[in-house]
Amino acid sequence: TKLAHRMHAGPAHVGTLRVASYSKNVHATMHAPLGDDYFNVMRPMPERDRDFTPVTASIVDRHVLARGSQDKVVENTTRKGKEERPDPTVPTPTCTPSTLQEDPQNFACRASVTSDSDVTLADVNHNRVDELQAADRTLEQIVRYYMNKAHGQGTLGRPLTSVPTANIIGIPTLGPHNQHDCRELKRLLRDIGTGVNQIIPERGLVGNPQNLPRARSNPVPHREIGLVAAVYSDEESGTPYISTTPMGILDTANCIRQMQERVGKWAPVPLNLSVNYEPYIDQQTRFVSQAAWSSRSIDCQNLTGKRAVILGYATHAAAMTKTLAREMGIRICRAGTYCKHDAGRSNERVQGFRDEITVTDDHNEAGDMIARAEPSAISGTQTERHVGKRLDIPRGVISSPVHIQNFPPGYRPYLGYEGTNQIADPVYNSSTPGTEDHLLDLPGGHDTEAVTKLPHAPTEKDLIRNPESQSESSKIPKFVRGKIKGKTEKFARRNGITNITVGVMHAARDSPSA
Amino acid sequence: MKGPETITSERETGNYHTSRPTSRVARSYQKIEDSFPPVVGTKTRGHSPQNAPGVMISAEPRHAMAEPEEGDTSAQPNDHGELKRLCPQIAEDRDPSVITRIGTCTTEIIKMDSEGMAPRMETEVGIPIVVARANGPDHASTQGEDTAPAATAHRCAEHLSVDERDQWPARRPTRPLKPVAALEETNPPLVLSGSLPAMVASQPSSELKRQSVRAAGWLPARRYTDLPSLGAGVYVCGANPFLSRTATTLMRRRKCRLIGAPLPIGPDGTRARTEKICPVFGIQPRGLREREDAMREGSKDYPGLVRGKSVFSMGDNPLEVSPARPPIRCGTIVHEVGIPYMDKQYQAAESAPSRETSRDMCIPMPRVVEKPDNYDQIQRMRESQPDLAITGTANANPPEARGIDTKWSVESTFAPIHGFANARDIPQLVTRSLRRSNVGDPGLYGQSEQ
Repeated sequence: TKLAHRMHAGPAHVGTLRVASYSKNVHATMHAPLGDDYFNVMRPMPERDRDFTPVTASIVDRHVLARGSQDKVVENTTRKGKEERPDPTVPTPTCTPSTLQEDPQNFACRASVTSDSDVTLADVNHNRVDELQAADRTLEQIVRYYMNKAHGQGTLGRPLTSVPTANIIGIPTLGPHNQHDCRELKRLLRDIGTGVNQIIPERGLVGNPQNLPRARSNPVPHREIGLVAAVYSDEESGTPYISTTPMGILDTANCIRQMQERVGKWAPVPLNLSVNYEPYIDQQTRFVSQAAWSSRSIDCQNLTGKRAVILGYATHAAAMTKTLAREMGIRICRAGTYCKHDAGRSNERVQGFRDEITVTDDHNEAGDMIARAEPSAISGTQTERHVGKRLDIPRGVISSPVHIQNFPPGYRPYLGYEGTNQIADPVYNSSTPGTEDHLLDLPGGHDTEAVTKLPHAPTEKDLIRNPESQSESSKIPKFVRGKIKGKTEKFARRNGITNITVGVMHAARDSPSA
Repeated sequence: MKGPETITSERETGNYHTSRPTSRVARSYQKIEDSFPPVVGTKTRGHSPQNAPGVMISAEPRHAMAEPEEGDTSAQPNDHGELKRLCPQIAEDRDPSVITRIGTCTTEIIKMDSEGMAPRMETEVGIPIVVARANGPDHASTQGEDTAPAATAHRCAEHLSVDERDQWPARRPTRPLKPVAALEETNPPLVLSGSLPAMVASQPSSELKRQSVRAAGWLPARRYTDLPSLGAGVYVCGANPFLSRTATTLMRRRKCRLIGAPLPIGPDGTRARTEKICPVFGIQPRGLREREDAMREGSKDYPGLVRGKSVFSMGDNPLEVSPARPPIRCGTIVHEVGIPYMDKQYQAAESAPSRETSRDMCIPMPRVVEKPDNYDQIQRMRESQPDLAITGTANANPPEARGIDTKWSVESTFAPIHGFANARDIPQLVTRSLRRSNVGDPGLYGQSEQ
């Protein structure tokens, strides 16, 4: 047993649902007690989704605890197959059935007999994997299911597409800026003359995973989600994957060069394709991305040697570390990840770009580490944003867990060339106000207490507040206290009352006109 | 004439969305400032309060997850030993006056004997340990807010009449709480239950004070050490519809007398409640009708907005029946009111004002659906095309995108809606999205205005 307040990665079933809910024709049936379908809140609220989340809970109640839930799960899975007509229904066990030691595999088998739609079980162990690992596995399980099915029916897409194409693998819901990243990647691929064969999971339909082998490469933008599916596709049909995240100028170029290599190697002779992406990289770096120029510009000189702490999930933390260190000259005093399962690889990738490493999923430990490091900026998750707020250090959010403000309606990719601009902005923004504070505090500031504490209007003095009413107003939440105070005073003045008692406060609240 | 008519309800499959009871318990203990509730459960249990209270979690919340790991569920480590290791940690970090162990479905399934362990732990750690169960299999949303005061009720000091106080230490050897001094007011002690925010809690109290009925205390109180004393001769009255277990505990275990009064929600509810409580203490209530009329006068700008509009309430907490009254008063037609559960006995008093409202407005009582099925409700909503849907956060954006104005039902559980003073807040809450629609849909600006 361990004591925790806040966790970076959620439980396994959330990962499964993130993959399932990205497709419009997939429906997940959770096997969970009442209230565990809070994913249905997590999803449409931050992402402001217009559609009902395709997740239904098969409720585990007292009766289920007594006699097992097989019939109920099978019934509900079948019912959803009828009502929603999804391509696959994904029965999703939560921690409750694994504690109950039930056999989800068996339920899935039985449901696949009675259901009109395919049934692909999300086979993840709640005690052993977290949200990200589960998402990774679920994606692989869906891909495997459909490739096997196609193989059995002899419809597995074998011939390569005539023009070079790529599959984008691993864009789930609830990833910060994921939809923008997907759009940016599609643009990047189009720019270099590569078509998009398949995006999985795709926002529209689950796609046709059996067509995956037709592409020449599988870019996996986030290592955490998609890698297992890409490795499976590589083993099954020999489609190479590219796991370099195109984040930052250098790694974007890196990623494009790897695609060039794949396309070059696989380009059939009759197409006579010249695959030289170097001019594209050069043009984008100099004219589309402003990040390279910005970091040369004199303004960015002030960033040199500033110390920053970076924390997040492995992909974004590593990419951010490399970008800030290599491209902006910021000194990364600590870089870390809470993805303990991928820590080794992640540390290897930031080798030489940071002073020290932190691998922890304990937010208290991370907070203490930041307090000790005393950086001038923090890049992290929402949790680190709060640490920054407490310690009064400028902070930016680069990784989940995130809040609604990290799902901006405006176009804000992290990846590709537009992504480099979007990364550079908050780095400057979080650092400039920091200097501003410093410059203000040094000469004593211009808004000193002597100025701010001046009474706003001398008329307030004619009103007396008795202690009881003062304690009553302390009960009012801070954010409305001023408003209620103003209303009370207005009421008192209008009625010629000079002594504000609790009774007066209540009367003021009751009075509709004030 | 027929006997007392209760609110009739239908029942569906119970496939509906609601919040976890655990997060409600956590919220209710937020009220008791010197408590610290560890929630004993898996990652799922921790992840949901983290997302449900959202930003609240970042402000150093007064709860934590005691998260069983794989080994714990196989009963290899001993539960008592494990928790014994954690409790001193909490005591040292937070120094709470009480630790409340919140059980979840995990503890329920592995049959952790929380109630049995607590007294032993209590003597070992030296801090009172209260056990509140709030597991998903047995509880729905606000029921969590019911188990908390119910569990705490056992810890309140015994109420003593003046002559009994001499033998007081002998009567209650366990942790002594403040004995209540002899009351100046004429009425016997009245304890109100429900964890309302301090600002809202003062409303029902001050309403009674106006009729010179003194409320002796609240359950739960702002501090654990300020809990009111209970016993025979103490009158109790709930301020929320989901406090039936608390009411039962207070009656059966603490021998209190329950006043079955309507809830102080809406001007009519507040009036009917005060009318019910005062006669218990032999007091003739004064000026209630006038106050109710004044309140209604004060919010008379709302009926114009909502008259003739229709409302569909999907239901995720039992706090949906009473707040449906003010909109009905304003001339709204309510198609359906969904609720997770309904304690007909506890809510019996509620049917009178509801019936009265429907009668006054000449409309039938709304259909009440217990344990609703969200999928079926959405089909019904599609048929009836209401002007406003009151739904949980899970089902809010999609109807909005389909042209149905939506209001979050959860807001009624934390918005101030109790008492006369907040009478304006209910129609304000309900009509907010209707008012927004009156502003116009920015999506239509491109079209020519006719």
